[in-house]
Amino acid sequence: MTEHILRMSGITKTFPGVKALQDVNLSVRRGEIHAICGENGAGKSTLMKVLSGVYPHGDYEGEITFEGKRCEFGGIRDSEHAGIVIIHQELALSPQLSIAENIFLGNERARRGVIDWNRTNYEAGELMKRVGLRENPTTPIADIGVGKQQLVEIAKALSKEVKLLILDEPTAALNDDDSAHLLDLLRGLRDEGITCVIISHKLNEVIAIADSVTIIRDGRTIETLDMADDHVTEDRIISGMVGRALDNRFPPHEADIGEEAFRIEDWTVHSPSQPGRKVVDGASLTLRRGEIVGLAGLMGAGRTELAMSVFGRTYGVNISGRLFKDGKPIDIRNVQDAIRHGVAYATEDRKRYGLNLIEDIKRNISAAGLKGLSSRGWVNENEEYRVAEGFRKSMNIKAPGVTSVVGKLSGGNQQKVVLSKWILTEPDVLILDEPTRGIDVGAKYEIYTIINRLADQGKAVLVISSELPELLGLCDRIYTLSEGRITGEVPRGEATQERLMYLMTKGQE
Amino acid sequence: MSSITPADVAVGATGDGGAPRQPGRVSLGGLSVNLRSSGIYIAFALIIVLFSVLTDGALLQPQNISNIIVQNSYVLILAIGMILIIIAGHIDLSVGSVVAVTGALAAVLMVNMGVAWPLALLITIIAGGVIGAWQGYWIAYFGIPAFIVTLAGMLLFRALTLTVLGNQGIGPFPDQVRTLANGFTDGYLGNIGLGPLGGADLFSLLIGIIAIAGMVLAQWRTRGARKGYGQAVEPVALFVLKMAAGAALILFVVVQLARFKNLPWVLVLLAVLVLAYSLMANRTVFGRQIYAIGGNLQAAVMSGVKVKSVVFWIFVNMGVLSAIAGVIFAGRLNQAGPTAGNSFELDAIAAAFIGGAAVQGGVGKVVGAITGGLIMAVINNGMSLIGSPSERVMLVKGIVLLAAVAFDVWTKRRTGASR
Repeated sequence: MTEHILRMSGITKTFPGVKALQDVNLSVRRGEIHAICGENGAGKSTLMKVLSGVYPHGDYEGEITFEGKRCEFGGIRDSEHAGIVIIHQELALSPQLSIAENIFLGNERARRGVIDWNRTNYEAGELMKRVGLRENPTTPIADIGVGKQQLVEIAKALSKEVKLLILDEPTAALNDDDSAHLLDLLRGLRDEGITCVIISHKLNEVIAIADSVTIIRDGRTIETLDMADDHVTEDRIISGMVGRALDNRFPPHEADIGEEAFRIEDWTVHSPSQPGRKVVDGASLTLRRGEIVGLAGLMGAGRTELAMSVFGRTYGVNISGRLFKDGKPIDIRNVQDAIRHGVAYATEDRKRYGLNLIEDIKRNISAAGLKGLSSRGWVNENEEYRVAEGFRKSMNIKAPGVTSVVGKLSGGNQQKVVLSKWILTEPDVLILDEPTRGIDVGAKYEIYTIINRLADQGKAVLVISSELPELLGLCDRIYTLSEGRITGEVPRGEATQERLMYLMTKGQE
Repeated sequence: MSSITPADVAVGATGDGGAPRQPGRVSLGGLSVNLRSSGIYIAFALIIVLFSVLTDGALLQPQNISNIIVQNSYVLILAIGMILIIIAGHIDLSVGSVVAVTGALAAVLMVNMGVAWPLALLITIIAGGVIGAWQGYWIAYFGIPAFIVTLAGMLLFRALTLTVLGNQGIGPFPDQVRTLANGFTDGYLGNIGLGPLGGADLFSLLIGIIAIAGMVLAQWRTRGARKGYGQAVEPVALFVLKMAAGAALILFVVVQLARFKNLPWVLVLLAVLVLAYSLMANRTVFGRQIYAIGGNLQAAVMSGVKVKSVVFWIFVNMGVLSAIAGVIFAGRLNQAGPTAGNSFELDAIAAAFIGGAAVQGGVGKVVGAITGGLIMAVINNGMSLIGSPSERVMLVKGIVLLAAVAFDVWTKRRTGASR
């Protein structure tokens, strides 16, 4: 069992300005299930993209040896040809085509260009038996659940005679039954001799299924552990994932915490795409004036979904629960209501949800607060200019003027425009979703300073972040969210990365 | 993790890439020109010069200028509504059919039923609004792409026109309607001699002078207010130059018109519409929201823009403008015909895109669409003056449309604004 099917050594991948991977090594033994663990943004997905040829040879440094041969993949086709198949978190299935058609998509069972439907459906049926999928091969993908769709992806991989199967967060979107079935299936495939690499945030699953685990942090390999020999526990993995010291990256802040400003009670949100699945499940949280509250959770825990559903029901269906502002119940049915009640939400995806990239700074800043700058429907453009110019100076937005187009600013400056836009609406409650994502360290410090300033003005701030050090350095109190449920509330003094990570990975009992 | 001290990154320190440069701009001795937004006006000037030379100056003769305006007024009115729809990221293919059906309605009311013309006009305009509301409902609230809804509308309203009219036209229209569509202001104040240019209508000249004075005054006041708010304004010399150019253009057109048959009423109407809609697009919350929707729909939703309502109302507006164009077109021909408005939608869409609208939405100006419409009008008129066959005119218009959009896409790619 010591033969290695895959060796990646010295992998370094650089994006403009960022080293995503630095001298990463990964060795996977034949016939094992190998887990890769790391925080969001640690570089797991980038590593898998290097392996599967999404980033072609020459785009990275280092060597890949698969089945004893050096590999230089020019694209996904090459890696699939070698027997490496990757199943992404977002499934790549065509919803209107049948299960059988999807399994053989791009690999059709055809004779002289004409599809042999009998053979297609028969062979699909055989593959579906192997993965335990009891459906008619002609059923459209859209008519089966996500759990079953995942099985279709695996059947598709098997049809390509896969030797190494990579699964990126395979159970993130699945319920417990489907997850259990999937893990059983992976064990079965291992026994058939197929090697699996699984990326997962759910450490209990990793413990349950993996034979060995590689931990990646900040784009570097930290260690590879053998589950049995090293007596690996969840705590052992967590300390590997977070083990770094906090340095002086946060401005000092004395919080002056006042009355309760905003309360969410028993908030439940259902997924719009998978009816019946609860994305947020009975969450309750309280924000107080002058307080910076953190919301920690791994990808798929429901953080953004919680925030957006509260902010004018911009996400989800069948939303239930109660909202209170200053102790009084309020009803927020749309974004206009939210703004009227003094609630602001700065999105995690600036370019998609936050900014009009083709417009200039001043028109972006005024986009949500235009009412305050106009009378009887007419915008006071001079006032708009003055206000925008004021924000440019106070927020230190680096641009020649407020008529510069926002699409050309750096991430940090774009984020300052988004924050300015919401501050202009004079909110009492600010929900900041990943406020420092994609921003360099210097600009992060400025964003933290702004957040502190907002709290000092008596506003309640909720910060959603994947970076635990950021929450620890910034927040007075931190909630943890796991699989849509609030699993903990930790005051500043008691918060450690290990404790948070434990709460964030706590599954449902 | 590099160690950095707070002092290095305190607010106020530079270190975030610095000021971005602005590509896509050409600097001419301190005069900064944005190619993407002013290229259209330069192109318009060049086309006028080209055809003036090719036609030995016939293009700019008084009667010809008058013809260009009167013959294209309805497309220009449609272009105003169309640019708003395109800025919001939609399209309207039905306007030609709506022109036909509203023209037919006006004819039935005025000619067959003898309804007084002001009332008939009002009813027709309301009917246009109802048609727009019908389409706006399906697009904004039901969520069907505008392309489909208005393609259906194109068939529906043409069918309705044919049902009402059968195979023949209805006419003639009352004199007042014909005057609005085809007529000129009276010489209220008599003529005045302009030396070698001969006699010209004093009233038209006065209107022109008032228009120029109004423009200069408004611009001067805007400039003053900006200065008061500490904004950078262009130097006085440049301001004077710009105003002089604008005044010369207006004066030239007005003098030519005054020498012919005075001001066409449709020009007066058009000028009012252009002014009103330009102000609406730039200075009102509603106008801003149209740009926000087209620029980034999701960001607009997340900023509290009532997207459905805005989209609904721009289609209502398109219906109203189509009805106005419908009455003017029918009045000009002095009958409402079953083929009225054929392919007007394409002219209006082409005008908007030639005038600088972006295919993805979010960009465009009312004045740009008018200029785009005038470019097509001048090409049409100029080529027919030099005796080109209609297929060649079509060919040139097709190439101009493609070139204009290609230029837009190219400048965008070069400046990287589309990322």
